Amino acid sequence: MKIKNKIKIIVNGKQMQVIPKFSLKSLVVKLKIPLNKIAIELNKKIIDKKNISNIQLKKGDKIEIVHFIGGG
Amino acid sequence: MIEKKFKIAKKSFKSRLIVGTGKYKSFNECAKAIKSSGADIVTVAVRRVNISDKNKARLMDYIDPKKITYLPNTAGCFTAEDAVRTLRLAREIGGWKLVKLEVLGDKKNLFPEMIETLKSTELLTKEGFKVMVYCNDDPLMAKRLENAGAVAIMPLAAPIGSGLGIQNKVNIKIIRKQTKLPLIIDAGIGEASDACVAMELGCDGVLINTAIAKAKNPIQMAEAMKLAVISGRKSFLSGRINPNLFGSASTSNKGII
Repeated sequence: MKIKNKIKIIVNGKQMQVIPKFSLKSLVVKLKIPLNKIAIELNKKIIDKKNISNIQLKKGDKIEIVHFIGGG
Repeated sequence: MIEKKFKIAKKSFKSRLIVGTGKYKSFNECAKAIKSSGADIVTVAVRRVNISDKNKARLMDYIDPKKITYLPNTAGCFTAEDAVRTLRLAREIGGWKLVKLEVLGDKKNLFPEMIETLKSTELLTKEGFKVMVYCNDDPLMAKRLENAGAVAIMPLAAPIGSGLGIQNKVNIKIIRKQTKLPLIIDAGIGEASDACVAMELGCDGVLINTAIAKAKNPIQMAEAMKLAVISGRKSFLSGRINPNLFGSASTSNKGII
């Protein structure tokens, strides 16, 4: 069954669509990102990674997922 | 002089050479160069995860943060606000508190914006960060950073990535005299002799990225830098002779025929 009411969110500057009540944890799992190597910001607030199962994404949420890259 | 342990924020490190992890051809080459350099601290940057290429290699898969100390930087930040945001994120990734602050003022020369740098140092120190500060070679500003809580003063030798070597030895010597904090030359090293000179000036360490990563043979250059830092340090501790305009024969005239 196709879900019509998908919500739009922005992840790392790119638009994505997820089903309502999609959790931040589900997003990380969907993107296959290892949780111990990243930090997450939701609407410019840093999120404690322990709580991501309890956070439900809302329309227009802006998420930044960062990790370490090479630098000087 | 007797060698003392190289300590930053009360933590001891074996190597006085810190290396950057940017600009390498691959993570594999970067990991090999780090090994060859003997460094136990490497700088890293915080950036967005590539969400469209899930299989892209990650730095942490090549350089184990349990074996090598990651020093997160604020590369690309132009304001105190950006720098603080970046380092809070870095801390969240893995609990890092020892950080390299680098707030730039212009995109062409990559000189540090010292007013924003000073503000950031104060803010980050209040939040419990141990802040190693990239700065210009101004002794007055170095003093202000120290008063603001910096755990290491890291003046440039020359613009980042320029490879020009130490341009203002006098200022580096003055900063050396005025501070007991670790003094680390950060940016502008071109070849091994530059790293050696930095250590002979009395610096506690050297931070090098481009001069290793962009050398034709980065792995060999990493070793050259390692040896240069060791050599320069030993030379400094050994106490050089006073320079003299006139010659002084090494061989005695006694018994000459």
